[in-house]
Amino acid sequence: MALTGIQIFKLLPKTNCGECGVPTCLAFAMSLAAGKAELSACPYVSDEAKAQLTEASAPPIRTMTIGTGDKALRVGGETVMFRHEKRFESPPGFAITIGDTMDEAEINARLERFKLQYERVGLTLRPDLIALKCDSGDAARFAALVTKVTQASQAALILMSDNPDILKAGLAAASQRKPLLYAATKDSLEAVAELARSASCPVAVRGDGLEEVAVLTEKLAQAGVKDIVIDSGSRRLRQAFQDQIIIRSAALNGKFRPLGYPTICFPGEIADDPMKEAVIAATFVAKYGGIIVLSDFQGESLFPLLVARMNIYTDPQRPLATTEGIYEIGGPAEDSPVLLTSNFSLTYFIVSGEIENSKVPSWLLVKDTEGLSVMTAWAAGKFVADTIAPFVKKCGIEDKIKHHKLVIPGYLAPESGGLEEELAGWEVLVGPREGAHIPAYLKTWQP
Amino acid sequence: MTFEIPKTKYSGRIREITLGKGDKAITVGGESCYPFYLYEGEMPRLPRIAMEVYDCPPEEWAPAALEPFAGVTDDPVAWAKKCISDYGAEMICLQLISTDPNGLDRGAEEAAQVVKQVADAIDVPLIVWGTANHDKDSEVLRLVAEKCQDKRLVIGPVEEGDHKKIGASALAYQHTLVASSPIDINLGKQLNILLGNLGVSDELLIIDPTVSGIGYGIEYCYSVMERMRMAGLAQQDDKLQFPIICNVAKEVWKTKEVHIPTEEAPALGDAKKRGILMEAMSAMILLLAGGDVMIMRHPEAIRLVREMITELTAS
Repeated sequence: MALTGIQIFKLLPKTNCGECGVPTCLAFAMSLAAGKAELSACPYVSDEAKAQLTEASAPPIRTMTIGTGDKALRVGGETVMFRHEKRFESPPGFAITIGDTMDEAEINARLERFKLQYERVGLTLRPDLIALKCDSGDAARFAALVTKVTQASQAALILMSDNPDILKAGLAAASQRKPLLYAATKDSLEAVAELARSASCPVAVRGDGLEEVAVLTEKLAQAGVKDIVIDSGSRRLRQAFQDQIIIRSAALNGKFRPLGYPTICFPGEIADDPMKEAVIAATFVAKYGGIIVLSDFQGESLFPLLVARMNIYTDPQRPLATTEGIYEIGGPAEDSPVLLTSNFSLTYFIVSGEIENSKVPSWLLVKDTEGLSVMTAWAAGKFVADTIAPFVKKCGIEDKIKHHKLVIPGYLAPESGGLEEELAGWEVLVGPREGAHIPAYLKTWQP
Repeated sequence: MTFEIPKTKYSGRIREITLGKGDKAITVGGESCYPFYLYEGEMPRLPRIAMEVYDCPPEEWAPAALEPFAGVTDDPVAWAKKCISDYGAEMICLQLISTDPNGLDRGAEEAAQVVKQVADAIDVPLIVWGTANHDKDSEVLRLVAEKCQDKRLVIGPVEEGDHKKIGASALAYQHTLVASSPIDINLGKQLNILLGNLGVSDELLIIDPTVSGIGYGIEYCYSVMERMRMAGLAQQDDKLQFPIICNVAKEVWKTKEVHIPTEEAPALGDAKKRGILMEAMSAMILLLAGGDVMIMRHPEAIRLVREMITELTAS
């Protein structure tokens, strides 16, 4: 259980030596309680106090990794309930499920789908985990699946069975891969804890409701297992959704350690329809899912989920930006229009999307405006004639076109005169203010 | 092990407002907790979905979005009726696309005539959405307010730049106003105050925070809506205790990703399902942030979101 500042203070030397950087032990205790200081800053604290305090100063939601190497997935470590307060830390991992009763072709097709990935604003979006599920009840068959998948993919794995003997067989085939063991229940807790300790891998607990979950995580912690993931057991949407919120709130607001772990959810066990499963998954992206295990996915469901996840987990204090440069849209030629915009990623998406909609092949010049939108960048003096002209000259567009006409955003109209002065030989055209009006504008454009 | 579930200390409640009139009128709002946090409070009125109808044949809709409305897209009255009879629409949102000065630029008289025809033909609440061009909307929406004076329309978007003109005429005929601000909690609050000063009563106001879909800035409106709810429910800000309307379908279905045919980008999967999911997920995420009315397009996306609302509030 987390300690208050006063409780921590009682365990400190109370000498007010100031060597920790704050003038008094009480102030230091308050900083520790708020998570703003490290206990190691105090050189005089006793070992006994240290043990108690280390426990108390641990982050409210534990951070851990599943898998190894490049494909390891970090989960947990969340510090807030709302994304505007501070960036959400660990984007939920998406898993595809492969069962050991599936035929070879289906298994291979799912392994292939797991390789789906998408580029967006310089980031690669991809699924994170493969959940291997024992449906056969046969340990050897499950182990064979685990072996096959570990050979085919470096992905982080979840091994799924309620039978510890089967988990053991699966783990033996993937012991170096640090898989997540799913699940320890009240009946299998000791045996699964033993497996987790032997291979130093994380464990998911599944309880019948949060009170039982809290009992199970405490038992696991006592058995020396630190990396725990929570399945609240609910398979009705309302309760499963509320459990996510209650778990996070209990950990952050209630400082309740037994629920201070990331969660795992199974939208496919809440709905049968793959479309609905995907919408439920999106709900868990926004509301606190740690790992989201999908029964299956296709491009049409995976892509929007990955983009939604990127959106929700974007740092609200730092807008996403696109790289400065020349973007070719629709295979432009030397007499195609040249448009200019800012490098705020949202602006870029809208402008490039509208140019594509217009079906008029075009050159889009994206200038680095430090991720600010057109208006904001202009107001801040970062998107004005003095900075635009050198960019247009240096970017190399002049070698690609025959004409010298530049379409600037409507909001930059006040810059058009200055820009024509700076850009000798260029004609500066003021384009529409809104992206939506770009197609109509481009259709009338003449070289 | 017993533990106490920490609960948010709420001090406010979202106002209930009634859209439309008669038997089919719909009341939204009334929440005393964050969206679907039903262990902390109540949502006496569930979020509702309005189906959109264009006042002219849509030019650039993806095939998946056109398919359910084949044969009626050139007739707003038939289109609206189809939404109600075939897809169970509880509300209609007529988008006055034809009035866009950068497009067809249809005149106010003609546009208002179409609104009147649709309003006369249906008995569910009617939302009338302009083009966000201040001069044109002032002209068109004022005439709409007058021509449909006994209809209790929901009229928008009303922005700071045109709130006096549109607000005054809506006020005169007791229509509900959509107070629209550009993804900013302070501007949203300010407009609500301005409309209040103009004499618009609190029962006739619904907020449009300006929304977008997945991949196009949904995180901005998501956080603005969450902050609006926080201010209204937990920080006693009575100028932000209004229901929220999200004109989301239009944003989703104009994006590049819903237009790419299946065969052009196999990694993006089936084009129709992709479009439906982009719409349904966008609407769902906005509901989680505090949306009370979603303006949606595809019947299948609507079905999915309706089921989600039902199950998230099931007893």
